[in-house]
Formats: sequence, C-alpha cells, structure tokens
Amino acid sequence: MVSTKHILRVNDKRYEVVVDYEDTPLLYVLRNDLGLKGTRFGCGQGNCGACAVLIDGRAQRSCELPVWSVEGKSIMTIEGLGANDQLHPLQQAFVDFQAGQCGYCLSGIIMTAVELVEAGGEPSRPKIVEALERNLCRCGAHARIIGAIEAAWRKRKEGRRG
Amino acid sequence: MAERQLPWSIHENPSLDQWVDFSQHGVARVFSAKVELGQGIVTAVAQIAAEELRLPISQVVLISGDTRYCPNESYTVGSMSIEIGGMSVRMACAEARHAIAEQAAHLLQAEQARIAVDGGLVLLDGKPSGLDYWQVAAHVDWKRPVTGAIAFTPPQKYIGRSVPRLDLLSKLAGNGFIHDLEMPGMLHGRVLRPPSYGARLELLDRTRAEALPGLVSIWCSGDFVGVCCEREYQAVKALEALRAGARWLESETAQDNRSWKELLPSLRSIDSEAEVGARPASAAAPRRVSAAYSKPPLAHASMAPSCAIARFDEDRLTVWTHSQGVFPLRDALAVGLGLKRERIAVIHVQGAGVYGHNGADDAALDAALLARQVPGRPVRVQWMRDDEFAWSPLGSPMVVKMEGAIAPAGQIAEWTAEIWSGPHGRRPSRGAVNLLGASHIDPPIPFPEAYEMLGAFAGGARNSEPAYDLPHRRVVLHSLPGLPFRTSSLRTLGGYANVFATESFIDELALAAGADPVEFRVRHLSDPRARQVIETAARLSDWQADAERGTGRAKGIGFCRYKNTAAYVAVVTEIEVRTEPQVTRAWCAVDAGLAINPDGVINQIEGGIVQSISWTLKEEAGFDGCRVTTRNWDAYRILRFSEAPELTVELIQRPECPPLGVGEAAQGPAAAAVANAVARALDLRIRDLPITRERIIAATTA
Repeated sequence: MVSTKHILRVNDKRYEVVVDYEDTPLLYVLRNDLGLKGTRFGCGQGNCGACAVLIDGRAQRSCELPVWSVEGKSIMTIEGLGANDQLHPLQQAFVDFQAGQCGYCLSGIIMTAVELVEAGGEPSRPKIVEALERNLCRCGAHARIIGAIEAAWRKRKEGRRG
Repeated sequence: MAERQLPWSIHENPSLDQWVDFSQHGVARVFSAKVELGQGIVTAVAQIAAEELRLPISQVVLISGDTRYCPNESYTVGSMSIEIGGMSVRMACAEARHAIAEQAAHLLQAEQARIAVDGGLVLLDGKPSGLDYWQVAAHVDWKRPVTGAIAFTPPQKYIGRSVPRLDLLSKLAGNGFIHDLEMPGMLHGRVLRPPSYGARLELLDRTRAEALPGLVSIWCSGDFVGVCCEREYQAVKALEALRAGARWLESETAQDNRSWKELLPSLRSIDSEAEVGARPASAAAPRRVSAAYSKPPLAHASMAPSCAIARFDEDRLTVWTHSQGVFPLRDALAVGLGLKRERIAVIHVQGAGVYGHNGADDAALDAALLARQVPGRPVRVQWMRDDEFAWSPLGSPMVVKMEGAIAPAGQIAEWTAEIWSGPHGRRPSRGAVNLLGASHIDPPIPFPEAYEMLGAFAGGARNSEPAYDLPHRRVVLHSLPGLPFRTSSLRTLGGYANVFATESFIDELALAAGADPVEFRVRHLSDPRARQVIETAARLSDWQADAERGTGRAKGIGFCRYKNTAAYVAVVTEIEVRTEPQVTRAWCAVDAGLAINPDGVINQIEGGIVQSISWTLKEEAGFDGCRVTTRNWDAYRILRFSEAPELTVELIQRPECPPLGVGEAAQGPAAAAVANAVARALDLRIRDLPITRERIIAATTA
C-alpha cells in the first residue's frame, strides 16, 4: 500500500491531496481533505444522488469516482455554485419555494439540476423529472423541488434573452 | 384572567430560568428540548418566542436539545412539538415579557399601566424610557415559576406568518448537519455489525486490519467489533478487513412464507380490549361487512446514515447526536456505559430527516464505546448504508380485522377493530436501555420484551377509534412481543395502518349501504371541523359522487384526526392504474387550529402525503427469517420524482383555536385515499400493502 498524490481542480482552485488508497472516492476527499461539506454521503453506492457534483459540467456521483479518475478535470461542488451572500439562481429558487424539509438530499439535487438548467433549452417538467430520476428525497418535498427548478430554469432563460 | 392548564413540559420544568435567559446583551436565549428533524420546528418555536418577547426574530437565539442548558422535555415525538413544546415556550416568553415590564415599572417608579415593552426597549407612556430588556433583566429574579396566567400578546409579526426556514440556507450552501462537524484530533470509527439478529461472533482475525494505514484501535467485546482510524476512508477499509476476518454463527430460522395475515395472528400475544356502547341485535343491523387488512414492516430509510460523535475527557463524556431525545438518551447511555448521568452531556445536532426511532441513539452509544478507548479524542461514527437499513428499528407489521353492521337507515350500528401489532415504542430510556451496541457487548444488555396495552401509549392501537359517531365500538389489541426483528416508533406508529384499515372499511361500508363515500363520512360526523375538511377536499378535487367504477382511473378519499386530538386532515387522491398504480394528483384540506407557520404546515402535510404514497404503493422491508434482506435503495424502493403527484393543500385557518400537530396527520388519510381510489379504479379492493402491480394482478386472477 503506497499513498498517492493527486492534483485536483475544485471550484476553480488547485488542490494537492494525498490519499492512502488510490480508489479513495472523491466524496471523502472533498468532505474531509478539502473541507467541502456540502457534498453529502448518502449511500456510497451511487443509488441516492446526495453526493452529486459537476465533473466538467456533468452531474456525477462523487461516492463512485476514484480520486485518480478526476485528475485534470474541472470539479464543482455546491460551495462553488454560490454562498450565503451570493446564491446561485437555483439555490435562491429553493429558498423561495422553501423546497426541502430536512435538506440532506438538496445539494445533490441542485448539482444535478445545474447541468440541466445551464444547458438552456425550453424549461420542461418532464425533463426535470427525468434528470432527477436517480435522485431520492425521503421527506416528500418532490413537488416543491420540481417547482423550484422550473422557476430557476425559466428565470435563467429570460435572463439570457434579456 | 383564568389560569391555563400548564403543559407537561412546564409542569416538569416550572422555573422561568429554565426557558429564557437575557444574560447576553442584545439577544434572548430561549431553551427547548424539541429538536429539528426537518419538520421546521426550530423556525416555528423561534417565531413563537419572538412574538411573545416582542423582539425581532434575529435577536432570539434558540438553543434546542442540549442537556447542559435545556429543560427536560423528553422526546420530540407524536406531533406534539408545537402543541406542548411550542406552547410551553409561548407561556414562558409571555411570563418573561411580563417580568421585565413589572421590574421596569419598579425601577422607573411608574405605574404598571404606563409601561410597555417592545423591540427590546422599555417604553414609558409610549416613549423610550432609557431602559432596555437587558438592563431590566439584570434586576429580575428569574427563578420564578411559569404561572401560565399571563395573557399572550396578540400575534402581529411572527405567529401565523410563513417565516422562511431558518436552517434551510446553510443546508443549501454547505454545512448544516452532524455529519459535517469537524473537531480537533477527531478520529473516524466504524462498527462491524453481525449479519443477522442473534448471530454470535465465533472468531475474529484482526491481522489484516491491524496492518492497514491509520489504524488507531480495534475494540471487541462480545459480538461488538469497532475500529478507529485517523481518516474516514481508512476506517471504511479497516471495517472491510475486519468483516473478512470475522466468522459468525447465525441462528437457523426457517424461512416463513406465510403472509402477515397468516403469521401475526398465530404469534403469542398479550391482549386488551375496550368496548363502548351496546352491540345491536342482528335484526336491527342486518347488513354485516367484514374485511382484514395488512401492512408490512417499513424502514425509516433516512437519506443519511446515522452518525454521532463522542469524546471522553477523564470521567466526563460529551456526545453529539441527532437523537430525538437528548435527555432519555443520556439516561440510557449512563446505564449502558456504567456512568453517572451527571457526567454525560448530550447535544443535538441536525441529521437528515428522522421519522421516528431510527439508528441515531444506537450510533451515539457506538461512538461513546469507541471514544472510551481513546480518551481525549473525539470519535465520529457514521453507519454504513446497509447497517442503516438492517439495524434501524423497523415500523411493525400489522394486521387489522374490521367487522361492522349497517342499520336499515344506512347508519353504522356496530364497529369492531381487531389489531395485531408488534411494539411501536421501544425508545431508549433509563428503564430500558434499548441500544443496539449494548445488546452486543459483553455482558450484554438485551432488548427487554416489549408489549402494549390499550390506552394512551398503545402505539399499535393509535387511531383505531375513528372520529365518527358510532353507537357501538369495540377495539381489541393483540400486542406481539415476540417478533423476530426489532420494531419501534415510525411516523404515526400504528396510526397509518389503522387509518388505512378503518378508512378503507368506511368505503366498504358505504358501498354496502349504496352511499357515496364523501356523503357517508359526513353523515357520521357531528364535529363540524371534521366535516369541513372532508367537504373542502372533495370540493378541491371536484369529487363526483356518481363516478363510474372500474375505469382504471378514479379518485378516493381518506380522513382522520390524528390521535383524535391533533390536526384534522382529509385527502383525495387520483389514481391511474396502467402498468403500475400511480397517484397523479392529491388534494388535501387541513385544519391545524392556529397555524404558527402556515407554509410550514403545508410543507409538512405535503411531505406526509408523499411519504405515505411511497409507503402505500412501494415499500416493504424484507426479512428472510434470519436477516433483513432489504439493505440498499435497489432492494428497498421508495417513491421517485417521476412518481410524485401534483399537490394541492388548503389550510383552514382557525387563529382562535389552539395549534394542532401536523407532522403525522396526513399519512393515514393519504394511504386510505390511495386504497379507496384503487378500489374504485379497478372495482377491486386491495387490502394488503403495498398496493403493487403484482398484488393487483394476483387479486384480479384470484
């Protein structure tokens, strides 16, 4: 067993991390080595979506990605999306809709929705539902979550036009 | 003014200084043992405090669930956090406001009538007096009883307003959960659980684990094996190595293929019975109907695995937990660890949504057991996903047999509910430790046998007495202490199965009486608030009394007043049965009395409906006679975004009435609404949950 060094680009910052196991999932590195706690451990099996982050703009599950596999790629977590004083329109829409109860699933859902909304196109509920098909919410906030994403998407589109 | 009856929390914690503190300038610290589970309680209680203290909500610091500071209010359960916890805070804050005004009058040597308090300032004849709350508070003797005699301030700014959740922002932008805590020197622990109930550890080869990087300690006692490492993924790997090195002796329990309806009534039971009114002569109520319903064991299936952090400093223990009851957990930890409870501090930190007694308390003991091996260092234990599914207590399977008779005029004349259920209340306490790790260590503290008798605390009988006007009513509870897996509190306890059964049965009686289900319900309800929620839900959904049956698409209704004391809820769902039964829309009317936070109430009701639809259409925990078999999200399926219905919730505002709990109010009605819609859509009654495609096919071909 040899510890390995990896260079990561997360939220436009360069990090150097050392892990004991090459298969260490990105999730553990983000949370424990980089202190980015917004990405959640839900199942560690890629089934729930709580750990979704953007890899080169595409939503992927960080609990399933070995750290070596994301070297040289651009990684974005919820912290890179926006902070308390400067929320991303999606985060703001979740506040506006009070979309969430316990909130544990939300950062993964938002990161999954970013890919969809940033791609542009016509806001569409079926597309939102399709994008979230592999994300779970246990508290039953589904309707508000869909509503919030649709509103943010619409706003984004109007912003582009304007 | 007449004294109000004091809520239980005030009765147990009578001194004002247990509830409010002004020792930090500029803020009022308010203490409550009711904790945030994702239901919005922290926001609602802060609203109540801000209103009564006449302070901006930003100047209220709510400290919840901390044994070092908070009043002992036992658990956050039973949809009572607003009814009891919130009202206790309201009473205490009214008392505090009064105490400040009274002391201010004394300090200013003015008549009481000339004094007012508002926004942190003391006013004399409506003008600033130069005194603020904190200057006056320093002269108040806070060790005075909360009398309950002080009039509440008329709601102006916060009570009855949809204040946004105070905790949502941090959860959307980073930290916010117990899982996110970091402490200096913190170690990461994992626990190797047995493969099944009753499994014994025969052999543990630690060689592989001991050679791994970052290993700090392996602790083994009886059937409990735990490991601590410097880094989290090291602990995950060490756990895998220990698992590979462990040999377990599992008990041979033959797989039982009987259905719950066959199995539960065959088990040893402790019975209790209650009957009100006289059973009519058979000629007086000639139309008899009977039906039996069943509900499988359900998993909490929290989004996050249970997590806790513990640290021993000499003989003192501090535990951070997402338990629903920091005080009872402290009692149980004291017994489990052989420590004086005065030496234990238990601090609540938010976890993912909790729907009852899950693994939170067990994780706290796990962390404490491992932390004892490494004094001075905090140990964070996070369960693995399969442990969460396998070892969190399950909601009990239940069978409910209904029997009724209808008089010629179409009224229900006879009503019997016979219930078989495992225990629903096995939370940790001083008397019954009930912690998983304690049952595995040597010497073990096994789970005590648990059963329930009819009465206020019989979770299995919850809502078995419907709110309808019935001349005769009989309830029999067969409490089953010997289920082969661990059951405890899951949202509504027995209320979900009992309301599913009674409200399905009401529809079956209505069908026998040739009546419309909505009209039939209203006919049997003299409580106007009950009638109003039913009529409102029917109106919202454009209910058609003469809708055709058997078209594959239909609406169904369900109603209940949770516990017969909490909120009134009626739900209508529309079902489409194509390949899978799917709820396309749901309409709901709720009367929660005074809604402290109307949007919070609606959010809770929406969540309750959706979670119940998930239980009703999809969920069943698997048990093969030895092991829990549903150990991941593939095996334990819950409702997905594509299956979630559109929702319409109407809140009936009654600001003049006391607030009523809503957290568990919608689940029973939603389940019945789904079952009743399926019955109308297919002209076929499914009485066993979950209502899956397979169940429908089996019933069609039977």
